[in-house]
Amino acid sequence: MDANVRELSYAQAIQEAMAIAMEADERVFLMGEDIGIYGGAFQVTGDLVHRFGEDRVMDTPISELGGAGVAIGAAVTGMRPIFEFQFSDFATLAMEQIVNQAAKMRYMLGGNVSVPLVMRFPAGSGTGAAAQHSQSLEAWLAHVPGLKVLQPSTPHDAKGMLLAAVADPDPVMIFEHKLLYKMKGPVPEGHYTVPIGKSETRRHGRDLTIVATSIMVHKSLDAAAQLAEEGIDVEVIDLRSLRPMDTPAIIESVKKTSRLLCVYEGVKTLGIGAEISAAIVESEAFDYLDAPVMRLGGAESPLPYNPELEKAAVPQVPDIVAAARKLVCKEA
Amino acid sequence: MTQPTTDKAAAPARAANLPDVYRRLSTDALREALRKMHLIRRFEESAEESYMRGLIHGTMHLSIGQEASAVGICAPLTDADYITSTHRGHGHCIGKGAEVKKMLAEFFGKEDGYCRGRGGSMHIADVGKGNLGANGIVGGGIPIAVGAALSVKKQGKDSVVVSFFGDGANNEGAFHEALNMASIWKLPVIFVCENNGYGMSTSTKRSTAVPNIADRASAYAMPGVIVDGNNFGAVAAASFEACDRARRGEGPTLIESKTYRIRGHSRSDRNRYRTKEEIEAWQARDPIGIFEKELTELGLITPDEIEKIRAEVEVEIAEGLEFAKASPLPSPSDVTRYVYTN
Repeated sequence: MDANVRELSYAQAIQEAMAIAMEADERVFLMGEDIGIYGGAFQVTGDLVHRFGEDRVMDTPISELGGAGVAIGAAVTGMRPIFEFQFSDFATLAMEQIVNQAAKMRYMLGGNVSVPLVMRFPAGSGTGAAAQHSQSLEAWLAHVPGLKVLQPSTPHDAKGMLLAAVADPDPVMIFEHKLLYKMKGPVPEGHYTVPIGKSETRRHGRDLTIVATSIMVHKSLDAAAQLAEEGIDVEVIDLRSLRPMDTPAIIESVKKTSRLLCVYEGVKTLGIGAEISAAIVESEAFDYLDAPVMRLGGAESPLPYNPELEKAAVPQVPDIVAAARKLVCKEA
Repeated sequence: MTQPTTDKAAAPARAANLPDVYRRLSTDALREALRKMHLIRRFEESAEESYMRGLIHGTMHLSIGQEASAVGICAPLTDADYITSTHRGHGHCIGKGAEVKKMLAEFFGKEDGYCRGRGGSMHIADVGKGNLGANGIVGGGIPIAVGAALSVKKQGKDSVVVSFFGDGANNEGAFHEALNMASIWKLPVIFVCENNGYGMSTSTKRSTAVPNIADRASAYAMPGVIVDGNNFGAVAAASFEACDRARRGEGPTLIESKTYRIRGHSRSDRNRYRTKEEIEAWQARDPIGIFEKELTELGLITPDEIEKIRAEVEVEIAEGLEFAKASPLPSPSDVTRYVYTN
């Protein structure tokens, strides 16, 4: 790529992607609560309303169910809406439209329509916002055929995956961890896409495969750096796409390392880790396993307010280090 | 399909006291409306019979008694206009111009059905004619209709969108959110509540705080119009006025079409919540009979012509049933086909 590469924050990268998409295609427009003059609760839309006007950066009433339905109706009749949920938790108010309508419309109508819709969900804990503004509900939506579900972990991927999502003919749900919004990283100028359904190996290693999502990719990389000092060589796969899931890449990695640890912020049980684990034990990689598959996920509780409790509710770097040591039989 | 046209040549010959709405529809269009009402009635009776004979599985929700509402609302619409429909949507589908053979094939679960056998009665759609689909979720189509209207406005088109729903939907949040957004953005959408008195078994008296669903309109600063849903002319007049308003850019209208479903809610209904007398009273106000009488009295149709329409409808239904029976079944290996576009 010969484009200039700048350091942008994750939020700036998303904003740039939306601006590029709107410049390129007049069918693309943004909908959401307080995304206009306010700039969005996390300043992701920022000043876009001044550049594109209120018709293309539309503030909606606080009507998540209705708003989601409006976006779906616009999508099936020739537009390309990008709908921002103020917090991913508020997707619960719109589940009917997302799950019964957006995900199923193409199928129910025998392939006679597509629903080219992008929905963005600021997600995750760590902001002291407690139980109703901190959840990681991506596995809920990843359970629904008809949706595509993404979790970019870097500014580069946040931009490239959003542009891929806008170009996709089907409904794409993008979960953005709120703690990543200010994280900076290299982002090429101009238009590029990151393919939906492909993982990225962030660190190559021989002893253990960690499959992580979103912010847990960075925690896993921090843990891997510590473990390297102990002689444990960790491979870190950034899953990036929950549905479709890049199972072949995980299988190949586990065949090489013979150990698997899944790290994700959503509630541990009945979550993404269970799916990854099952994909491995159902595959030829099962015969290569030298240790049980392990999962580190969110606690079996709502997200608490107290900062120490909040940290305890999701995997932290020391938890990942400890789990890795256990898997390679080098417990301290 | 025949589209509504103004029959200027025929107009002077008509009686001076012709209802206004009849002046906006040619004689051919009025006869076509009657044909569609017969087609809906016979389609549903045939579908019911096929269900009884085990040719159709699942369930279905019949709109027998509500034909004037579906056809009257669709009278001003063209293929460029959209509708969203409900679980009781056969009439809307035919009203918007669908072919009964493809509807029957869908009910039979066949590949030639409108949804290739994936949707069935509850998701019947005809996208080519602007029907974005029936919906199994009460109120589910209302925000989608508002979104289609937003599209129309953004694309600078002259189209309008009709959202059909029942009285049950007026207590769903989606209804209120959708009406509010349509009003603040002045979108070209017509909300049509077909109030048949019951949301499944629960009467509107027991479920709804206001005496008329149309009363809800004032909360969203739009006109709320009550019409006799069993009178084609009354329904069509309200629809023309609402469509004109929408096309002028003045925003949405809520039409409450008061009607009655003669059959139960669905196949499982044992009719415990209403009386025989009530059903018979509504049967005496059959919308097809009312329309035929009116057309005949106005000299717009003869008894022979009505018989001809009935005979043609019988042929269309019979041919449709044969088409449906002969159509291939989907292959089980295609179960995940059409989930994604690519």
